Amino acid sequence: MSSSFVISQTDKRPIYLQIMEQIKQRVAVGDWTEGQVIPSIRQLAVDLQVSVITVKRAYLELEREGVIVTQQGKGSRVASKPGLGMRLQEQELEKHLEQAVRLADLLGIRPKDLQARLRETGDRRLENEMDKEGEKV
Amino acid sequence: MSDLAIEFDGVGKTYPFFTLDHIHLRVPHGQIMGLIGPNGAGKSTTIRILMGLVQQDCGEVRVLGRRMPAEQIAAKWDIGFASEDMRLYEGMTIAWHMDFIRSIYPNWDAPYAQLLLKRFGLRAEQKIKGLSHGQRVKATLLLVLARRPRLLVLDEPTTGLDPVARHEVLKELTAVMTDEGRSILFSSHNTQDVEQISDQITFIDRGRIIDSMDKEGYLDRWRRLRLEVPLGIALPALPGIIAIRQDGRLAVATANAFAPDMANAYESTGARVRSIETMTLEEIFVANVEHSREQEVGA
Repeated sequence: MSSSFVISQTDKRPIYLQIMEQIKQRVAVGDWTEGQVIPSIRQLAVDLQVSVITVKRAYLELEREGVIVTQQGKGSRVASKPGLGMRLQEQELEKHLEQAVRLADLLGIRPKDLQARLRETGDRRLENEMDKEGEKV
Repeated sequence: MSDLAIEFDGVGKTYPFFTLDHIHLRVPHGQIMGLIGPNGAGKSTTIRILMGLVQQDCGEVRVLGRRMPAEQIAAKWDIGFASEDMRLYEGMTIAWHMDFIRSIYPNWDAPYAQLLLKRFGLRAEQKIKGLSHGQRVKATLLLVLARRPRLLVLDEPTTGLDPVARHEVLKELTAVMTDEGRSILFSSHNTQDVEQISDQITFIDRGRIIDSMDKEGYLDRWRRLRLEVPLGIALPALPGIIAIRQDGRLAVATANAFAPDMANAYESTGARVRSIETMTLEEIFVANVEHSREQEVGA
């Protein structure tokens, strides 16, 4: 259930944030569904070879964000909220958009120009995909 | 003279439970070679053959242009060797050892030795028996460094050192390299040391050299790809990918010969590449040993 959980040493973020991200990804792509029981804190700590405190911190933060629910003695589950996976995917998009805006700001690119660039990027992707379709035919 | 400080050609040695399997190794002048591998991989055997302490069953060894073990006496004037099992005289002081080495080696650099004493936080009048492990390691290294040998051969120089002592030792080793005619070969379990200071990396496991090349190029070949794989799609086996771990829709692929078009190859099957990450030498070490052992089981 957690064999593709991999903590990266080159990732400069703290380990608990990496764990949070990987759990959210599982919920976002639909591998971990609403209400599903997830590995216990201790189990995940053993699987990832990290301290229990680190995993506990990730679970606490995820609980605060409403992604999981932990019941004393019963372990943790994915929160039973319809559309949770979708919401997490949108959150990730939001994060990337914010980063793009921040970078553009650093480079002195105005919001209007950034919008145009975004449109161009979208168009390019569309073209690429149409080319690929063309190749297949 | 050859532009190689160390040259191994098809060197083999067989013991009842261990075989060093026809290894080839080249260390150019002016470079630091880090020798890494798990316990019992053959690092120390390699170093012992290099120093003429053990005679190889087959193959040619040249160190600073001299054949080993035949010309080891001539070669050793220019080699500084330090290992865990080197013993200093317990009842004598560091100063006594310094005088002793100076009486043998005409190249002894007394001002440099004094500087090293200070940098390593050692006192010349200290007796060996009162030294901590870290101080012994530093004292041994001082005796080797102050001879200013053209080649330093160090077996696990940082093992058992605290972070501060480790830092002092690594700093001194890199300082040696300001003179481009000098070379270092050192073995270590500590991948961080190797990653930090070596120019070249040689990776040994079970008596075989798995990889030997420049460090930057080596690190650059390895990547971790995080993939999202829709249900019903099987990831293709791509050349250069040595391991894939998958559960559900998420997978992690490890590449030992990364090429940017790997991402395209995965995406064309319908998978999505979420991220491509570089790896530390420690992560590569573990992935590489696991991979080479799987190969062996398969073979």
